[in-house]
Amino acid sequence: MKKYNVVTTISYPKKGAMGKTGSWRIFRPILDKAKCVKCLRCWIYCPEATIIRNKDDTVSIDYEYCKGCGICANVCKVKAITMEREVKKK
Amino acid sequence: MAIKDLPDTECVLPGSAACPGCPATMGLRIVFKALGKNTIMVVPACCTAVIESLHPHTSFDIPVMNIAFEAAAAGASGVEAALRQQGKEDTTVVAWAGDGGTYDIGIQALSGALERQTNFIYICYNNQIYSNTGIQRSGATPYGAWTTTTVDGKTEFRKEMGEIIQAHHIPYSAQACVSYPEDLYNKLKKAKGIKGPKYIEIMAPCPPGWRFSMEKTVDMGILAVETGAWALYEFENDKMTFNGKSKLILEKKIERKPIEEWIKYQGRFRHLFKPEKDVKKLKAIEEHTDQMWERYRACYL
Ligand SMILES: Cc1ncc(C[n+]2csc(CCOP(=O)(O)OP(=O)(O)O)c2C)c(N)n1
Ligand code: SF4
Ligand code: SF4
Ligand code: SF4
Ligand SMILES: [Mg+2]
Repeated sequence: MKKYNVVTTISYPKKGAMGKTGSWRIFRPILDKAKCVKCLRCWIYCPEATIIRNKDDTVSIDYEYCKGCGICANVCKVKAITMEREVKKK
Repeated sequence: MAIKDLPDTECVLPGSAACPGCPATMGLRIVFKALGKNTIMVVPACCTAVIESLHPHTSFDIPVMNIAFEAAAAGASGVEAALRQQGKEDTTVVAWAGDGGTYDIGIQALSGALERQTNFIYICYNNQIYSNTGIQRSGATPYGAWTTTTVDGKTEFRKEMGEIIQAHHIPYSAQACVSYPEDLYNKLKKAKGIKGPKYIEIMAPCPPGWRFSMEKTVDMGILAVETGAWALYEFENDKMTFNGKSKLILEKKIERKPIEEWIKYQGRFRHLFKPEKDVKKLKAIEEHTDQMWERYRACYL
């Protein structure tokens, strides 16, 4: 990445600038690929850009950063995404 | 334009400081898809300045200049002039500010930039409050809504910012909503292709600020439009066009839903329903909304 030599405070782009925000989740979106009709509504509405649009318009979820808001599940018209309570890892 | 046709461009990087369910990042993703990476954004004090996250990192993969609360349009004017001097006129300059930074403290800088015919796009994401500082009333807060500075509900109606902008007779202004990404995308694309000042305001329902659960951001935007609390329109060279459901409401092809259908899901209006229904205030809200639509019809039908 190009760094700039100027006399002011500059921040540089970074995925996870606030850390792994997946740890914020209380509920986890679970995708049932068999039900998905590739409408991409979850992809366009996800506020975090953590619904990944694959080449064939199927979708995957980036659990490292997904905050668990549940918007994807709520906008999916065929209920291919459900929210399930996170279980604490030991 | 279907969802499938929207480009993959992402400039909001995952792992930002935004609350879960945030309408600002939802809207920004569409903005960057429409405008592309050759864009410089000016952001005043507002939630978005926090969403950018902590130095030395930022969650926005695009050049952003942060500036004082009142100065978004003035800062953008400076950036635009500097680019023009350098012959870099293909770069889109955007000011992105909240409703507080637009309706209230930033209005004189904005009006000045519009009057000077500055070649930029001013975008206001309207969450109807000063959210970054903990939910205070703004000129965009609707009548009756609780905020920390209107504990019994706001006693005044919101400003009609759209009409103030129209009085500047700029080439393009529009109202959109995060719940209608294709409409928002089209409006941004159109604005990008027009020289001179452009203004786009995006309805942005905020879960913590409006007190609704975070999976309902899109629903709250749809209901704002379907109840007629918010209108989708474009005002291009002094010609008004209403879009989507707002067009049908204007032409009386559908009836707008009662405002209650929208506000009953929002904790900020809870005192209008509990312990008992405040019929008088609910009626005042409905009548005010009807007046707004009658005014639209008188002017634009
Ligand atoms: C001159 C000045 N006054 C007050 C503040 C504190 N302040 C920072 S952001 C903000 C509210 C911004 O509200 P809005 O523009 O609606 O954006 P939102 O936070 O809702 O996204 C306030 C009052 C400030 N930064 N500068
Ligand atoms: S909203 Fe549902 S059907 Fe559409 S792409 Fe997402 S998971 Fe698939
Ligand atoms: S739960 Fe929210 S953040 Fe996670 S993928 Fe769904 S919409 Fe995105
Ligand atoms: S308070 Fe509202 S607008 Fe601000 S970051 Fe949170 S959800 Fe987004
Ligand atoms: Mg605001």
